[in-house]
Amino acid sequence: MNRFKLIVATLATCLLALPAVAEVKIKEVVSPGGITAWLVEDHSIPFTALELRFRGGTSLDAPGKRGAIYLMAGLLEEGAGDLMAQDYAKALEALAASFSYDTSKDTTSISARFLSENRDEAIALLSDTIHQPRFDQVAVDRVRGQVLSGLRSDTKDPNEIAGKAFAAMTYGDHPYGTDGKGTIDSVTALTRQDMIDAHKAVFARDRLYVGAVGDINAEQLGALLDTLLGDLPESGAAIPGPAEVTIPGGVTVVDFDTPQSVALFGQIGIDRDDPEFFAAYVMNQILGGGSFESRLMTEVREKRGLTYGVYSYLVPRDLAAVYMGSVASANDKMAEAVQVIRDEWRRMATEGVTEKELQDAKTYLTGAYPLRFDGNGPIASIMVGMQIQGLPIDYIATRNDKVNAVTLEDVNSFAAKLMDPDGLHFTVVGRPVGLESSAQ
Amino acid sequence: MIKRIAWATAILSTSWTTAAIASEELVSSFELNNGMQIVVVEDHRAPVVQHMVWYRAGSADEPKGQSGVAHYLEHLLFKATDKLEAGELSATVAANGGRDNAFTSHDYTAYFQRVASDRLELMMSMESDRMVNIRLTEENIVTEREVILEERNQRTDNNPRALFREQANAVQYHNHRYGVPIIGWRHEMETLDMDDALSFYGTYYAPNNAILVVSGDVDPNEVKSLAEKYYGVIPANPDLPERLRTEEPPQTAARRMTFKDPRVAQPYVQRSYLAPERDSGDQETAAALFLLAELLGGGTTSYLANALQFEKQTAVYTGAFYSGMSLDDTTFSLLIVPSEGVTLQEAEDALDGAYAAFLEDGVDAEQLDRIKLQLRASEIYARDNVDGIANRYGRALTSGLTVEDVQAWPDILQAVTAEQIIAAAKQVLQPEVSVTGWLMRDEEVSQ
Repeated sequence: MNRFKLIVATLATCLLALPAVAEVKIKEVVSPGGITAWLVEDHSIPFTALELRFRGGTSLDAPGKRGAIYLMAGLLEEGAGDLMAQDYAKALEALAASFSYDTSKDTTSISARFLSENRDEAIALLSDTIHQPRFDQVAVDRVRGQVLSGLRSDTKDPNEIAGKAFAAMTYGDHPYGTDGKGTIDSVTALTRQDMIDAHKAVFARDRLYVGAVGDINAEQLGALLDTLLGDLPESGAAIPGPAEVTIPGGVTVVDFDTPQSVALFGQIGIDRDDPEFFAAYVMNQILGGGSFESRLMTEVREKRGLTYGVYSYLVPRDLAAVYMGSVASANDKMAEAVQVIRDEWRRMATEGVTEKELQDAKTYLTGAYPLRFDGNGPIASIMVGMQIQGLPIDYIATRNDKVNAVTLEDVNSFAAKLMDPDGLHFTVVGRPVGLESSAQ
Repeated sequence: MIKRIAWATAILSTSWTTAAIASEELVSSFELNNGMQIVVVEDHRAPVVQHMVWYRAGSADEPKGQSGVAHYLEHLLFKATDKLEAGELSATVAANGGRDNAFTSHDYTAYFQRVASDRLELMMSMESDRMVNIRLTEENIVTEREVILEERNQRTDNNPRALFREQANAVQYHNHRYGVPIIGWRHEMETLDMDDALSFYGTYYAPNNAILVVSGDVDPNEVKSLAEKYYGVIPANPDLPERLRTEEPPQTAARRMTFKDPRVAQPYVQRSYLAPERDSGDQETAAALFLLAELLGGGTTSYLANALQFEKQTAVYTGAFYSGMSLDDTTFSLLIVPSEGVTLQEAEDALDGAYAAFLEDGVDAEQLDRIKLQLRASEIYARDNVDGIANRYGRALTSGLTVEDVQAWPDILQAVTAEQIIAAAKQVLQPEVSVTGWLMRDEEVSQ
């Protein structure tokens, strides 16, 4: 039972420490076949973490096929080559390797870890998984049943209801406006051929990013990459264009009979490559970035006891940027929580932050940076995130300088420009007393 | 005296083409004069340390009528002390680039910071301070009580599955405190006050009831001298009560329950059995139950998945769970989430049928070998996350186990035979000690 659950901002990586510096020596490796990867060699434990990420994610679903890519990713562990699902699982168990799959709006990821002593066998199995997934009809139906069960549960989950409503309002018909898991109707209608098409849409070399960490050297990694990925097609489905963001100020109440209301709130955000991004990042840390000391936690939880947790987070996705937050509060307290949060939004816009807040935030952000590099898997994932964001390979050594370079004037002029208390929208799911949907 | 414990040599398999992993000394343990136990797990790959203090005091140690006070007190430990203002500890950790938090369970309460390794002394100075010096105000008491009630809302009252589990757990235990939720019953949480919190604090927060677990880039000798400086000077509590809890009488009646809630979208059946936990020096039955859970419900290749998801499509999900780390009797649970169109009765019958067939068929030797092989490999992967190893020791030492028991566990698991697993299943999974629960949509009619 944690004191609170941290919500990690969607920011990828950052910096160097003020105390000791995490030394992460990244090497760029280009395989003989021309595949680029970032590598951190560490031979102290005899295994390797390999992260493969393909840009596009569930936003590549074909029209009318919502949920196809999510279902396809769920089927990758359901048999490949000559092995049907259970024999495939047994083969993986016998190698003591693990492959996991994840899809988001922007990416599809494969996270693998395998022992040094049977690396070749593990890679052969992973290669079959990527190139020859079986998509047996019986497996399609079985996994579809699991997805549908999850979708049915989502219809009664206040957090899911809030997320769907906020996304639909914000992004409309753009793929960001709907759930990548699909709907009960769309998933029910998916066919085996749709899985084959979704597979083709996602896995291609022109959108591939690779990170490897652990007991492997550059030469071994190069050979492995060609075996594993050399035969991928050059290109896949076209990535959609940017989403238009529409967030009117106000409140939407979605009626749901539950004792505690759940709210998502948000406004327009800022792109990751915007020159003011670090000013925004520091500002958010002070407002609601996940520590006990944030203004939102202080005002909503510590002083008033209105919630167990309240957070704000920048969401700079590939195709749109928003600034979001979340809170949960008993039905008879949500109205006050909403008011306090909107007041804090206004205070940030009009008063900005203090020099002490700025210094504390910088010390925290720079000091916390090396704590992220805490294992082969996390480091591989961070390196892939850096590549996707177009950051240079020496970024880790310079990131803290970027945080430290942010001035009080940078934060406060940015806050005055971005923070829009009247444009902030709250989507509340529950039976909040004294809150009603604003007139549209 | 620092006792260094050799990390168990992980050898993957004798029948495997394998290089033995070099034995490494990762774990040290020792004890201060005031009775505080210390465990150090080393990893020098990054200049980071995790500093934790675990108390042998959890929700199952609470007085009657004060459910939730252990967890409430955990929140209140972030308020003022003689030396620190309210919130200053967390703010100081953050100002040093670290993260801190705490958690409470049935058998323990633990506090931790994760920070650059050269800040270890600062962490110890603050954590040792709040072991005995908190200063609460009436305002803290009132506001933080609102926070824990919102936490209960979020974790439990807003979630029908959590409400269902809470009821099932209460039905499982006739007389033991494990039947009471860690977060507390709402009506009792609402009455928690300053005296309740300080009484629990005064009784249980003392060095002779605490374990310091430090993991990461540290030297055990340095940890020892710092610990002596900060924790060693705190006197032991001579009145620390023996950890005796009301015990379960023999359970002689199979129990059934239905729980209905309009917020349920996916009904399912859950059955739990009262089961023995890992006991110090006697972990063999627990090891057999651990492997039984893996064989029955450990993923795609497990017995229940094969019978109920592959051979027949009765279920969208099946599972088996056993958590042996517990001071007193724990549970072994089975779960089946029926496919669309399958009733809960049909699902339960199918589950019963599959389990009976498992006993009839016996253990699949190849499956058992694969599970054991993965357990050996997991010891290699575990070295990539020494904080995880540290947590393992913290939980074990607050659950009645010793460092030696933790070290022995991997070998005990490897030594378990198919016959022992079946014997443990027959001994433990008895209807008389079971609770079968149906989580239902509100409109559904039970039969």
